[in-house]
Amino acid sequence: MDRRTTLKWVLAAAGAMAGPQRLVYGLERADSGAHAHDTSATKGYGIDPDLSRVYKPGELWPLTLTGPQRDTARVLCDLIIPADSSSPSASEVGVVDFIDEWISAPYSQQRQDRGTILKGLAWLDTEAALRYAPSTSFAALTHEQQTAVCDDICLLEKAKPPLAEAANFFARYRDLTAGGFYTTPQGRQDVRYVGNVPMTHFDGPPPEVLKKVGLA
Amino acid sequence: MPFIESTAVHGKAYDVIVVGSGAGGGQSAYTLTLEGASVLMLEAGRNYEPARETAMFQTPELAPLREVITPDKPFGFYDATVGGGWQVPGEPYVQTSNDDPGRFDWWRPRMLGGRTNHWGRISLRNGSYDFKPHSRDGLGFDWPISYEDMAPYYDKVEMLIGVYGANDGLENTPGSPPGCLLTPPKPLVSDLLIADRSGKLGIPVIAGHRAVLTQALDWKSLPAKLHPGNATAQQLVARSMQQRAPCLWATPCGRGCSVSANYQSVTVHIPPALASGKLDILTDAMVYEITLDKMGKANGVSFVDKKTGRHRHATARVVVLAASPCESARILLNSKSASFPNGLANSSGKVGRYLMDTVGADLQGQVPLLENLPPHNEDGVSGLHMYTPWWLYKDAAKLGFARGYHIEFGGGRKMPDMGTGAGLEWLTGGSYGRKFKQDVRRYYGSFVHFSGRGEMIPNENSYCDIDPTVKDKWGIPVLRFHWQWSEHETRQAAHMQATFARIIEAMGGRVSGEVQTDGARAIHPGGSIIHEVGGAIMGEEAARSVSNKWCQTWDVSNVFITDGAPFPSNADKNPTLTIMANAWRVCDHILERMRRKEI
Repeated sequence: MDRRTTLKWVLAAAGAMAGPQRLVYGLERADSGAHAHDTSATKGYGIDPDLSRVYKPGELWPLTLTGPQRDTARVLCDLIIPADSSSPSASEVGVVDFIDEWISAPYSQQRQDRGTILKGLAWLDTEAALRYAPSTSFAALTHEQQTAVCDDICLLEKAKPPLAEAANFFARYRDLTAGGFYTTPQGRQDVRYVGNVPMTHFDGPPPEVLKKVGLA
Repeated sequence: MPFIESTAVHGKAYDVIVVGSGAGGGQSAYTLTLEGASVLMLEAGRNYEPARETAMFQTPELAPLREVITPDKPFGFYDATVGGGWQVPGEPYVQTSNDDPGRFDWWRPRMLGGRTNHWGRISLRNGSYDFKPHSRDGLGFDWPISYEDMAPYYDKVEMLIGVYGANDGLENTPGSPPGCLLTPPKPLVSDLLIADRSGKLGIPVIAGHRAVLTQALDWKSLPAKLHPGNATAQQLVARSMQQRAPCLWATPCGRGCSVSANYQSVTVHIPPALASGKLDILTDAMVYEITLDKMGKANGVSFVDKKTGRHRHATARVVVLAASPCESARILLNSKSASFPNGLANSSGKVGRYLMDTVGADLQGQVPLLENLPPHNEDGVSGLHMYTPWWLYKDAAKLGFARGYHIEFGGGRKMPDMGTGAGLEWLTGGSYGRKFKQDVRRYYGSFVHFSGRGEMIPNENSYCDIDPTVKDKWGIPVLRFHWQWSEHETRQAAHMQATFARIIEAMGGRVSGEVQTDGARAIHPGGSIIHEVGGAIMGEEAARSVSNKWCQTWDVSNVFITDGAPFPSNADKNPTLTIMANAWRVCDHILERMRRKEI
């Protein structure tokens, strides 16, 4: 690997390819115009932000989700990452706030997700009403009912054609929930990441690791 | 007074003006000042202090958006780049094509130290073939120098900046004399598995070479080898080496390093140069023109003080351009006069021509053998513990493309990020809930990725010139890029994809996504690997090149170029080490000519 981790590289390449659709580069910041219809923030943190401070959702740009939307978002987060013996649920470590921060951000990827997520959250309520009771919401369903809805949209390839958009939403929401969760101390602990500590020497893989892959 | 204001240059006469502060500019200022020349360094971006500003151990949840890349921070929130980027507000450039195959994306960090702050630190020597590519296959251009001319400078740069690696004796993959290289880091388990399975395919895997201190520099003996007979320089360099700590085996090098364990111009080249008392640095100063005296010699540069918007002038006996190849070309092209109507040093018409980047293609795979491994720390040096140098020199005739590539690969239980747990449907069948958590634990750390980095042959259709109408906010005409890959590059990219798939399968793994067989689709856009070289190539003849073998322009004898612009070819080896070695070589020559009062 060179200067980038894989993900960063892939995203950077994708970002570069997505690039502005104009031939003159750099006359203005990215993202102008494309989303003129929405009223969310248009200013990012800039090219030279303070790297040493701690940033909290809502500090840099106003958040989006209403109370009912947050309820739906929370329930879905915890259907995807519930608490278990290893770690808490996604919402318990602030993933709903993170998703709100994400969909409220002024950058093109996040604006695209904003549409997907807001539509998807609304779809869950509509679907709950259609399937179970006209006045109910997704959050108000039983766990079994919620799971029944999720089972129909958790894999695009298996989703019925009318549910394809909902399946796309679910996949994106799962990615954001996972990313939000595994980037917290509890998430790192869950996958047993043990780095990011200064050391005086680096020993490489211990013998039991080499043995397990057949290289001992 | 090392850091100065723009008003302070008025009336001062320096020996040398160095434009730029990255690998080329940093090395130039270092070599020149430690050997006694007075230097003014002009940097278009702001001052930058790694010890104070580097985010070392910050974790993603402390950053906006979990640290992901955004248009504001194109390599992630904590990346060292704090000025400029793919776009610089108010300083546009023009593409003649917006399609991927015809695009050149221009990375312009604007900060002291330039690209060296975030670069990958991969430090590979060009081999003897790489200096004479035209002689070998009739394509592109030979360098007017050989490996033997560059070798002593590779030695010096490795000793100064600190490069880990090993001598493996492979074809066109030079080793280093004893005492040059630091011990390479221990391989990760994924490295060992890749090495084992690649070996069975006849693909070599050897220790990586990167500018990271895996051990403290030998400050007692190295300075005398770098500056024989110069006690002052030795003392300054010894002191500077002692200021650098060995690697902490944590946090990505792309953030920069607050303890100076990796090479950055700002932590390695500039401190001893400043300590010599011979260096003045002016930041936020964007040079746009080299000015001439009545005799046709350069007498200085004009620049914009970006803090005030004022246009100013600085004076020197010699001008060294190291602003990045395209920016150096832009300065030359914008330096028009009666004697140089098409731009300074451009009587050949070759300024801006033969722009090159590196051929890049990537593939990722998932390896069941690496699932559920016992937790252990795999941060290491954050990149390239091992790599694969190009290995098919004997097969050149039958491959369908002329030049080779090396493979950078990696894997491991790295700091979880927004990609952790994402896009796993092809493995999990769309799991969610407790099953999903188990799946993420299982697959975390089981991915390997491969990046091919290959040689592009210079061509007539890849170049930059001045756009006839667009100007930046300072009123300076901007560059326009023209880009075209040849089949040598696209076929190479397809070969990369096929090779990576073979290795992944030999590991018992599965390729993530498609193996791209169409090279034109596999290849990353021009400029995106950020190995921009060419644009003012050196050569044997004034009619076919911009400068001679000393990177001295044919037309104006006191203008030199020490960034990647003089490269007549772009070997698969990452260019930075060669930029530094070449800059040292050129500056030794400048010093000699100044001593002889020839310039």
